[in-house]
Amino acid sequence: MTAKVEQHNPGMGKDLIVYVCLLVLAGLQFVIAYQNIVASRMFWRMLTVACVEAGLAVLFFMHLWSEKRIFLWFVGIFTISVLLGMQYGWTDSFRMLVGAAPFSK
Amino acid sequence: MSSGDLTIGGHSPGVITEPPFSIPTKKLAMWLFIIADTMTFAACLVAYGFLRNGTANWPRPFHSINNVAIMTFILLTSSLTMLIGLRSARAGDKSAAFRWIMITALLGIAFGFLHIREWVGLIGEGMTMFKNPWGTGLFGASFFSITGLHLTHVTGGVIALLVVGLRYKGGRYNADDIEILGLYWHFVDLVWMFVVPLVYLLNLAH
Repeated sequence: MTAKVEQHNPGMGKDLIVYVCLLVLAGLQFVIAYQNIVASRMFWRMLTVACVEAGLAVLFFMHLWSEKRIFLWFVGIFTISVLLGMQYGWTDSFRMLVGAAPFSK
Repeated sequence: MSSGDLTIGGHSPGVITEPPFSIPTKKLAMWLFIIADTMTFAACLVAYGFLRNGTANWPRPFHSINNVAIMTFILLTSSLTMLIGLRSARAGDKSAAFRWIMITALLGIAFGFLHIREWVGLIGEGMTMFKNPWGTGLFGASFFSITGLHLTHVTGGVIALLVVGLRYKGGRYNADDIEILGLYWHFVDLVWMFVVPLVYLLNLAH
């Protein structure tokens, strides 16, 4: 019976470990939310945890780790480039905060 | 007929190569869709960050994390059940695969139900797309837009799970189709990992 289950679920243990890790990381985000720290620090901590979660999900749940390395690099570099490009939005919002934008006054 | 005589659409056989990155075409199409959708969600979340940083009286209306914690647990668990369904399909256990896909769909429905219930609660407190009792009206617009976009993806995913599951059971689809659907479902889960901290947890009332 055990052998049958093993045959039907090869590598299930790894999936369970990743699942538990994701649960723990999600829980960590909730813990961070109740920390008595400034919002910007809270944001960076949560974003870091979310990125680790996303990395685990993409690599192991979506099996990107099992694909060809060239495809992994393609997805990684392409996605990160676009996301970094969007930081123009963030910087502009900070510019507004300090009152440098004409429409912020 | 020699191989040199064989042509498809007027092209010589030398033109036809193996799929890019050596992965099936349907799977590549799903990955490209996911990358495109990543940009959609990233644009929404960055715009949300822009609004939140640039608005002085941004409201913090969430008093409890219970609902969002349960929703997160349900969505993460649905990713695991999807994986079990895929593994069952790969092993040729059709009934188990179908069962796990339906369990995944049920978890998706439960997530949607909790989401709608939360929306109804917030609307009951006076929050709409354009105003709310706590601060800037932009909060309602961004909250409903981002969570609504995500809920639309979940709803689409549930419908796809039901359709693909039934067609897999009927023999029209195979394990590869379930894997492709699984990619989408995991992506919906992945997006939620960013929505929760940015939209919910950073707006907790302390």
